[in-house]
Amino acid sequence: MTAEAEYGAVRIRVTVNGVGHDALVEPRTLLVYFLREQLGLTGTHVGCDTSQCGACTVLLDGRAVKSCTILAVQANGAEVKTIEGLANGDTFHPVQEGFREKHGLQCGYCTPGFIMTAVHLLETNPHPTDEEIKHALEGNLCRCTGYVNIVESIKWAAAKMGGENVSR
Amino acid sequence: MFPASFGYVAAHSVDEALRLLDKHGDAGKLLAGGHSLIPAMKLRLMSPGTLIDLGTIPGLRGIRVDERSLVIGALTLHADVASSDLVREHLPGLADAASVIGDMQVRNRGTIGGSVAHADPAADFPVVLTALNASLVVQSSTGNRTIAVDEFFTDFYTTAMAANEILTEIRVPIPPSGSGTAYAKLPHPASGYVVVSAGALITQSSGSCVSARLAIGGLGSGPIHAVATEIELKGKSLTPQVINAAAAKAAENTDPTEDSYASAEYKRHVATVYARKAIEAAVARAAK
Repeated sequence: MTAEAEYGAVRIRVTVNGVGHDALVEPRTLLVYFLREQLGLTGTHVGCDTSQCGACTVLLDGRAVKSCTILAVQANGAEVKTIEGLANGDTFHPVQEGFREKHGLQCGYCTPGFIMTAVHLLETNPHPTDEEIKHALEGNLCRCTGYVNIVESIKWAAAKMGGENVSR
Repeated sequence: MFPASFGYVAAHSVDEALRLLDKHGDAGKLLAGGHSLIPAMKLRLMSPGTLIDLGTIPGLRGIRVDERSLVIGALTLHADVASSDLVREHLPGLADAASVIGDMQVRNRGTIGGSVAHADPAADFPVVLTALNASLVVQSSTGNRTIAVDEFFTDFYTTAMAANEILTEIRVPIPPSGSGTAYAKLPHPASGYVVVSAGALITQSSGSCVSARLAIGGLGSGPIHAVATEIELKGKSLTPQVINAAAAKAAENTDPTEDSYASAEYKRHVATVYARKAIEAAVARAAK
């Protein structure tokens, strides 16, 4: 490979919410900006931009990660799921429903990140304790609702996903 | 925030990465999970000319048993160390440490090799691996060598690795029966990094301690081997009084730097508390 090729844009192929994308990216492009600005998927938010707040959380090959701290080139060949890919048509994912039913959001800025984190948690641990939920949420910050209703929202989702008859 | 511009090359084998490292010299920088490097680049604390991505190399991820050691590939994620049945069975102290690094998203992306090679004085793995007497396998274009953990962390963000070497494996001896391992951490409440932490490996036989390793983090440029505490434990029946007296020496001969969160005196005191917690937890596991 020539030096020119190394310093130029890199071609990547990424599957986002089930759709394959071929794209040219500058190596320094962060995954979150690739999603928002090249693909127009603005549901993933940039909060602190320093891998603290978790607003940019997406699933990369099924794992919750902070997309402000991953280069788009590192996602080459990977599958990404964002908040836009959660609902099935008009039917919300149970975690999305839980946040609505249990008032897990107020301004909503942090919500996509919390929801993607919770989706990963419930996929790996379908019946988490309150403590396990709180431990899993350590990398997500909310500045207005507070965390009590967020934990309740995730418990509601866990119950619904477990087949329980959940109250509205 | 964006990093300064850089070139990017994905390596597909360790040999290819070594050739790229030789080719790019000081301008080349190895990228693993990127969870220390990318934040540093976004803050323009580092501006490497070319990133050589190790994440595209197959075979550097995973945990296996080789004779009496656990061998952990350098690209193994923190989350996979934390949840590994092999680690939890043989080295629960290592799983303790992996499960309290950063947060869940960071553990889903950060790698043990990246953390060790970065040698952050406030990181968790260097401390627990020092307690567990690990060794680090590094490769260069001229061959392999194994570096004992006590020789590895030489200064702040500095290791015994040469610039043309790549860390490929972390080897951790499986302790003999009668042993227990543990890790106890006081995290900074905002960053989650280590304020002070302690890793312990205690081996007992017929009710007395036959060997003890204790490493403390947060007091210096890297993990500190708490020799005075180890001497106090060895050969004794580990009563609460013996453990307390030994842990009280955990910060001997250290000179931690004061920062906005903790004074040097506080760090030295907390080190004795977390040393005790780690020893107690290791002893409890050894008894099982």
